[in-house]
Amino acid sequence: MSESLGKLIDGSESSLRAFLDNLPGVDKVGAEGRAAMLGTRSIKTTSKARAIDLAISMVDLTTLEGADTPGKVRSLCAKALRPDPTDLTVPHVGAICVYNDMVKIARDYLDSIGGQSIPVAAVSTAFPSGRASMEVKLRDTQDAIESGASEIDMVIDRGAFLSGKFGLVFDEIREIKALCGETAHLKVILETGELATYDNVRKASYLAMLAGADFIKTSTGKVAPAATPPVVLVMLEAVRDFFSLTGKRIGVKPAGGIRTTKDAIKQLVLVNETTGPEWLTPKLFRIGASALLNDLLMQRMKLRNGRYSSANYVTVD
Amino acid sequence: MRVDVMKTYKLYIGGAFPRSESGRSYELKDKKGNFIANPALASRKDLRDAVVAAKSAFSGWSHATAFNRGQILYRMAEMLEGRTEQFVAEIKALEGVSDSVARKQVQDAIDLWVWYAGWTDKISTTSGGTNPIAGPYYNFTIPEPLGVIGVIADEKESLLGLTRGLAPVIASGNTAVLIASEKLPLSAISLAEVMATSDLPAGVVNILTGSKSELIPWLASHMEIDGIDISGADKKLDGEIKRAGTENLKRIYRFEKDASLKRILSFMEYKTVWHPIGI
Repeated sequence: MSESLGKLIDGSESSLRAFLDNLPGVDKVGAEGRAAMLGTRSIKTTSKARAIDLAISMVDLTTLEGADTPGKVRSLCAKALRPDPTDLTVPHVGAICVYNDMVKIARDYLDSIGGQSIPVAAVSTAFPSGRASMEVKLRDTQDAIESGASEIDMVIDRGAFLSGKFGLVFDEIREIKALCGETAHLKVILETGELATYDNVRKASYLAMLAGADFIKTSTGKVAPAATPPVVLVMLEAVRDFFSLTGKRIGVKPAGGIRTTKDAIKQLVLVNETTGPEWLTPKLFRIGASALLNDLLMQRMKLRNGRYSSANYVTVD
Repeated sequence: MRVDVMKTYKLYIGGAFPRSESGRSYELKDKKGNFIANPALASRKDLRDAVVAAKSAFSGWSHATAFNRGQILYRMAEMLEGRTEQFVAEIKALEGVSDSVARKQVQDAIDLWVWYAGWTDKISTTSGGTNPIAGPYYNFTIPEPLGVIGVIADEKESLLGLTRGLAPVIASGNTAVLIASEKLPLSAISLAEVMATSDLPAGVVNILTGSKSELIPWLASHMEIDGIDISGADKKLDGEIKRAGTENLKRIYRFEKDASLKRILSFMEYKTVWHPIGI
């Protein structure tokens, strides 16, 4: 954090309020218009092939179901390493994202099949609602890190945020960040579907970045709407402005509702046009998804074979 | 003096009536050269979207009870009956036939829908059965729908050709992507309006209008399509369609005009179940 920003915000409720409430408002019509305009970019042939591979390498392959089993998680790990077993030129995905109790299973299995370079992300802090005491949230996070998670996806307390208790949210993020230390990357889930306005999305983005988030993530995937293009645009703008204020690059992870190659490429265009190409790397941009990967693979086959592929030629998740 | 409100003839994909994603349309004229309509000129991406819609509708439609499918097909006949005048007018305008010939065609089409509606709950009893086995098994065979079927309907009698192609495909639980006649597309889109008001689930039938020569190669090579009725395709294209269809072993057939159980069974496959007994 730059010195001036550090002086301005000492973590107190009043300093946060003074900063966040003075952020310029989001031009709703403008943001939606710009996101829609960027969505019309036509990405074809070789550019499309590169975009597809880039998108595959950015996927946080996710399974967050009550019905998850160790077997399902292992097969997902195998898919993360070799998304298309018939084509070894397909890159591996960005990470595996699972519930806490599956972290060790995923880590051990990835290590055993040569996927050491694929991180395991855990959704912690009483995901998806975040409704638990701080003690439980810290213990939850600790448990994930001890099991081998190198990325923590935490949820913010939306109730507190919406009722203006910025200090509370700030402290929670800071405490979790302190626990993560250098071992785990911290992604902060804003759950934009519950934040009601773009202004709130902007405020929550800054709040998370000020508190020490490495990534800001749109949604849990359990609430609709999730990662809509205008929301991602607002978050990317916050990240860009935060970089010019502090010199620190924060990552963005849209999650939820991105199911097709077209959706994914629209997100990449948003990144390129907002934060610039430095953000077009799995280190700074991820896409949380499960069904998306199959569509990316089918589009890849279409580019390779010149005919439309079928779901029969990709794995069933 | 009143300005006519002309109908925009659009595509029918996933239960909705979109324009072509390409934004294209083409000018349709009757035999005397008078302007009739601007139907959508579908692109390969519309075809792709139609196949996605058909694929996602397959699970629901193929698992619907045979009785329910029969009811819906019969409902389509009811809706067609009520719209007879519209179809007669469209057929007269494009095919240049007399009122009585057009009316006969509509009536024949309605009767054909009823005929296939009756078949839905009789397919497995007439074509499946128990098999005699020398062992402690109960062994039976039932026909099951294949999946997504491409239909290039016979063009000579527009509404009747559509019915001959579509009814046997969907009666058994398949879903369909139809490429309508380039010169006679009105009945296809009006039939889509009938389907949209007959409780036929969205995506079970998807209709594209436009250039056959542009769309057929993509249809033939699409790996999600399991069979094609090529009755309305140019015979010269048979070889090309069959070659493109080999990659996923598509069933590709050209049919005669008659209505038959064979047309239904052509796009079904048999499943045989061995069930242990008496142990």
